[in-house]
Amino acid sequence: MPEPGNLRGSVNAWEENAFITSFRVFPIQLPRGRTALLFRGTLLCKVKSTRNFYFGSPAGAKIISQNSDPLREISRRCPQSASLTTALQGLPEDWPAELDALLAADETILAHLELDLDKALRFARGLILVTNRQLLARSGEEAAWQAFPYRNGLHLQRRDHAGVASLELLDTTGQLARWRHTLGRDTNARQVLDHFEQQRDAALTGQPVEAPPASICARCGAPLVPGQDDCPSCAKELYTPPSTWTLFRLWRFARPYRGQLLAGFILTLISTAATLVAPYMTMPLMDEVLIPYQNGQPLDTGKVYFYLGGLLGSALLAWGLGWAKTYILALVSERLGADLRSQTYEHLLKLSLEYFGGKRTGDLMARIGSESDRICVFLSLYLLDFATDVLMITMTAVILVSINPWLAAVTLIPLPFIVWLIHVVRDKLRHGFEQIDRVWSGVTSVLADTIPGIRVVKAFAQEKRETNRFKEANQRNLEANDRVNRLWSLFSPTITLLTEVGLLIVWALGIWLVTKSQVTVGTLAAFLAYIGRFYTRLDSMSRIVSHTQKAASGAKRIFDILDHVSSVPDPVKPQHLTQVEGGITVERVGFRYGNRTVLRGVDLKINPGEMIGLVGHSGSGKSTLVNLICRFYDVGEGAICIDGVDVRNIPVSEYRKHIGLVLQEPFLFFGTIAENIAYGKPDASREEIVAAARAAHAHEFILRLPHGYDSLVGERGQALSGGERQRISIARALLIDPKILILDEATSAVDTETELEIQGALDNLIKGRTTIAIAHRLSTLRKADRLVVMDRGVVVEEGQHDELIAKEGAYYRLYTAQTKQLDEQLARPESEE
Amino acid sequence: MTTSNFTLIRNAFGQLVFTGTDGEAHEGVVPVRAFAITAPDEGLALVNSHGKELLWIERLTDLAEGPRELIREELASREFMPVISRIRHVSSFATPSTWDVETDRGNARLVLKGEDDIRRLAQNALLIADSHGVQYMIRDRRALDKASRKFLERFL
Ligand SMILES: Nc1ncnc2c1ncn2[C@@H]1O[C@H](COP(=O)(O)OP(=O)(O)OP(=O)(O)O)[C@@H](O)[C@H]1O
Ligand SMILES: [Mg+2]
Repeated sequence: MPEPGNLRGSVNAWEENAFITSFRVFPIQLPRGRTALLFRGTLLCKVKSTRNFYFGSPAGAKIISQNSDPLREISRRCPQSASLTTALQGLPEDWPAELDALLAADETILAHLELDLDKALRFARGLILVTNRQLLARSGEEAAWQAFPYRNGLHLQRRDHAGVASLELLDTTGQLARWRHTLGRDTNARQVLDHFEQQRDAALTGQPVEAPPASICARCGAPLVPGQDDCPSCAKELYTPPSTWTLFRLWRFARPYRGQLLAGFILTLISTAATLVAPYMTMPLMDEVLIPYQNGQPLDTGKVYFYLGGLLGSALLAWGLGWAKTYILALVSERLGADLRSQTYEHLLKLSLEYFGGKRTGDLMARIGSESDRICVFLSLYLLDFATDVLMITMTAVILVSINPWLAAVTLIPLPFIVWLIHVVRDKLRHGFEQIDRVWSGVTSVLADTIPGIRVVKAFAQEKRETNRFKEANQRNLEANDRVNRLWSLFSPTITLLTEVGLLIVWALGIWLVTKSQVTVGTLAAFLAYIGRFYTRLDSMSRIVSHTQKAASGAKRIFDILDHVSSVPDPVKPQHLTQVEGGITVERVGFRYGNRTVLRGVDLKINPGEMIGLVGHSGSGKSTLVNLICRFYDVGEGAICIDGVDVRNIPVSEYRKHIGLVLQEPFLFFGTIAENIAYGKPDASREEIVAAARAAHAHEFILRLPHGYDSLVGERGQALSGGERQRISIARALLIDPKILILDEATSAVDTETELEIQGALDNLIKGRTTIAIAHRLSTLRKADRLVVMDRGVVVEEGQHDELIAKEGAYYRLYTAQTKQLDEQLARPESEE
Repeated sequence: MTTSNFTLIRNAFGQLVFTGTDGEAHEGVVPVRAFAITAPDEGLALVNSHGKELLWIERLTDLAEGPRELIREELASREFMPVISRIRHVSSFATPSTWDVETDRGNARLVLKGEDDIRRLAQNALLIADSHGVQYMIRDRRALDKASRKFLERFL
């Protein structure tokens, strides 16, 4: 390991771009616990504690970046160094010292992969390095380093299964080594694979490696738009948990109503103050009127009328103010709730299919429905109540102290206990309510699951079992509620008990003080009246804990939706498609649903206006490819471009306007046929709707319906047959006159004759549009310019029907299987005769 | 498909090679458990690289020693479902949340994307899928220590 002092020679010869073509990483230990990385001729020094990075010689280091990503900084300064940043991204900080001995002086590290599993699939740290000479690896911290210099026949193979990927090194005679890692390291693994192949070939042929194009994401290899430094697919890897102060974040929704809320607050305050007048008047009423009268003095009727009038007036005032307050707050509460609901819903609809794939409908319904309701009630009622309670308590306390400080001090005795109780109970309640929310979602989920599937339930006579499933969910709900109620039922009587005890103490002290003639009976009576109010307030304030926690748990679940960033985000610097030609390029696309790899290295080029037939076995990934082209999901690796523009750089809604999609499972919304056809273009004229329906051969069957185009289709279109639904969804796609038309088994549910008719109509319509048609019935695709055959996630063949038949490959097998089946069907009746 | 009359060997490439009664050798066959969670020891299939079933094995113990060990080995190298024995720390109770856990395969850190990624199995067992698709198992959540249970409760 070089000493810092020895660096000087090489650092003197430092040129800013010198290291780009050839560099070597030396970690060196600098004084005072600093660790540095040295590239040939350039020192990059990382000060562990502050995350500052220095660039330059150890003597005169310049800070190049403070609290930012040093590697990005380097790549900004030296644009060609993309491969450097790639190689260094996430390179372990504690560099294994013995590696230096294994690396030659002019050896360059090009890619690395930090393994997180060892051979026995235990969590352990290992490392694979690809240099310009060899592959170096060890599969655990204790394991020995293995070096594999490049030679003929050496190759790497990557597989994954159930979240674990394996990298096998093979040569022509057998397996040399095998390393394992979890899928979190997959980007690095792919780089290792790519660089390994490049370097091996370069080492064997002696030809230098071509520099990668400049605009590639250093981390995942996806092309970047010039000027956009954040790679869209890397950006979403960040996992920042949302703030837990969810209740405060609700202010965002209350803000527009702050005027009304303030008015409500003031009204509450005054009306409560008005109720405080009454007991204050009882004091003179007793001391100046009743007690003197008892002692034989005449009744002062004037005073009686005055005080009684005062009492009535204050009651009336309290009534009026209370009415205004309740009215205003109820209005605000509803509006707040409506805002919260529609904003959450709006956000929800923008999320990608990936989000919906992992969520249950019932759960989302519960969140948007009942939980938002609870939050708005909390915000507009309980929060204000709480605020007024606090104010009233302080006001009463002031009055109490002004009447008699000693009595007042005694009154406050239960307060610390109450505060302590609230503290204890708060967190428990919060968990409890969170649990109730989740369980309640479970109950709605059962409903949302069963009711759309009611035909299956009835067909298999499983009503009883579904009832039981519901009962079970309901039972869990009961249990969760019981747990909270057990706590709560103990809490609130305890508070009452404490206040009663407080009252008792005040009585006792009061009587004692009266006997000592330190206070009058009137004062004591007024005091007790105030204390009653004081304790009621305290009681209600403590009860708010429950509502607060309920709202907090609801808010957490709502913000769960609101904080979720769509996994197909709109680009930061969008590119707009002015005129869409419809050329689609799919480049090295890989995709996974969760840990299941569905597409691997798919390459496909579709020219503008071309019709592609996509065929392959069921489950081979055809629909998935279409999902990616429509950007329902973002590609895991590689890129999809429309007219040369990465689809991730086009605003999502703008992009989808150009795509007409007919799905494998047609879905119609509740409404009329006309509304459904015009779904993508609500302002379509009647003529357009009819024309689209005619083109999709739906016109005639629609006319046979009782109200024609105004007939209702039923929920999810269940009033129509499968083939009818398909034709409506074709019409829907055609109406928006898209540049790109995607037909995923669009005619699988119609009879052959109708299919032929639709085909005939489509033949005219696909002119000038890029069309991707998926079909199992291969005869449907006879008009396709090119057929693309997929098998288990890869494109295996491409070409015209005749070429592919001549090839006798996968397509040939598919085709003969189908024609044979047809022949057999045709032959059977004859043989039976 | 019977459980005798076949040979199973491992070749130099580390792949299993299956030769059935028809004498055809299939390279790269993999054993798959039919009920990976509910009945892992019953019902295994040997599947070739195209996903076609070559052999159905009711019970591993029905096999002769040699192939049985090979299949065991292969399963062990394919299956990865760390069993969580302790949850040491969770970064937040709102998701996404990063958990530091102790498992039977060493210490690990996982990112839980949402509460829906926790799947309930029978008898208090849980299956937790992390953001990269690794499945972690909790055999019996009642049997965890108190601190871990407390962390877990907040997500159930
Ligand atoms: N949302 C999903 N989550 C997980 N796996 C999925 C999902 N959708 C599809 N898959 C899997 O991906 C693979 C490819 O599915 P895809 O729908 O693309 O097939 P396909 O070629 O369209 O088949 P078909 O001809 O039957 O429509 C299948 O094995 C399927 O099980
Ligand atoms: Mg499909």
